[in-house]
Amino acid sequence: MPTPSRYWREIPQRYRLEAIKCKKCGTILFPPRLICPECKSREFEDTRLADKGKILTFTIIRVPPHQFVDQAPFAVGIVELDDGVKLTGQIVDCDFEDIKIGMRVKTEFRKIYSEGESGILCYGYKFVPE
Amino acid sequence: MREVAVIGVGMTKWGELWEKSLRTIFTETALLALDDAGVDKIDSMYVGSMSSGLFVGQEHIASLLADYLAQTPVPSARVETACASGGLALRLGFMEVASGMSDVVLVGGVEKMTDVNGYEATYALGTAADQEYEGYHGITFPGLYALIARAHMEKYGTTREQLALVAVKNHSNGAKNPLAQFPFEITVDSVLNSVMVADPLRILDCSPITDGAAALVLSPAEMAKKMKKPVVKIIGTGQATDTIALNQRKDITWLEATFQAAKQAYAMAGKKPEEIDFLEVHDCFTIAEICVIEALGMVEKGKGGQAYEDEITFLEGKIPVNPSGGLKAKGHPVGATGVAQAIEIVKQLRGEAGERQLKDPKIGLAQNMGGSGGSSVVHIFERE
Repeated sequence: MPTPSRYWREIPQRYRLEAIKCKKCGTILFPPRLICPECKSREFEDTRLADKGKILTFTIIRVPPHQFVDQAPFAVGIVELDDGVKLTGQIVDCDFEDIKIGMRVKTEFRKIYSEGESGILCYGYKFVPE
Repeated sequence: MREVAVIGVGMTKWGELWEKSLRTIFTETALLALDDAGVDKIDSMYVGSMSSGLFVGQEHIASLLADYLAQTPVPSARVETACASGGLALRLGFMEVASGMSDVVLVGGVEKMTDVNGYEATYALGTAADQEYEGYHGITFPGLYALIARAHMEKYGTTREQLALVAVKNHSNGAKNPLAQFPFEITVDSVLNSVMVADPLRILDCSPITDGAAALVLSPAEMAKKMKKPVVKIIGTGQATDTIALNQRKDITWLEATFQAAKQAYAMAGKKPEEIDFLEVHDCFTIAEICVIEALGMVEKGKGGQAYEDEITFLEGKIPVNPSGGLKAKGHPVGATGVAQAIEIVKQLRGEAGERQLKDPKIGLAQNMGGSGGSSVVHIFERE
């Protein structure tokens, strides 16, 4: 249940896919962190995630969390982007039967869910077939 | 470090216990454990509970439970590593006795999950995943394990039937456990025809929502030797962490925290996987048990599914897994699970497991896991 501040502070990642790249080992981290889990370096430069990748695994959620009730059933997968970063997100704009491991997808900016009748509209990335 | 033994265990029947509160179900089991140990005073206590705040709106339960057990002012701490909270409570209790800080320590676990509705329970359990980068996109816990299952099937050829056999085996064992929430048998067909929750996992691949508690009493092994019951020692303990977000792992099918926790426990116990007589492991979903026996070194990486077709993990098999019925049939009151696993090991090693008693086991291993594998705790027990 996002409060405005909790929602707002994730906007750079959810809207613009802002990530960081470790200056020492080159690993791209998303979401950004303060220390690199690969080499312990604390020096980073800003970067933007690749916008294409392939599906590593997926599922169809048929018993959803309450804020997703109006969307179920829906597909969620883990996608490995072309820069090596792995993301979890919904896979949309295709039939469930057509989703396959290895399938190419791209990220698109979409509404994720509505927080109640007068609450926040929550946006972010989803995956669509390339 | 002193040798540590389990001198008392207590558990009551698990299920939807609408008439009982969190404090009552905990205190019942703690009293049984104290009675079994023959002690009425403890030096300290640890309680595993994942989310009493979200499930019953009550935090600060360490003191609440010490009070209702009539043990104030002893020190009491609640510990949390999601569904591995009970296992962690055991590890901390072990460390306190082993260090010489305390002689008699009560270790308990409790979760009261049916005071909230299904959506609220799904939310509470979901907080064990990365809320900002997994939960935000609508994934649930069955969904996370479904992601693991699909990847395991793709990579290793694990079949839908092999997954079903995990649940069939655990229900077959649970049918012999009078304290289990679902003490009845199921078939592969019933699993494969049950309601789909998150493809490819169906409702009978999932452990249930449960109210329950479990408790045990630890003491130095020297003290245990003066008692009448067989002495069951904890000879190894290990705990490890991994990313809580599944997408951050190098290999989605591999439970690194379980592998690392087991490595520590094996080294401390001076035992190898092949020396373990039986296991109690964290089968929150059928795929979890398959991945866990791989990470514990019971079978080769990727061969977990085959172990169920070969029935080596069945009650009569070479390495029985979850004689208690596991989380699937016994129930999964999340914070209590790790403690209940230890209790099953003690009962088996003492020869008190009734209809599901294994033939003269000497060494048992318990593995308890939090989230999609972000925490894992392993203990090895030996009967003297």
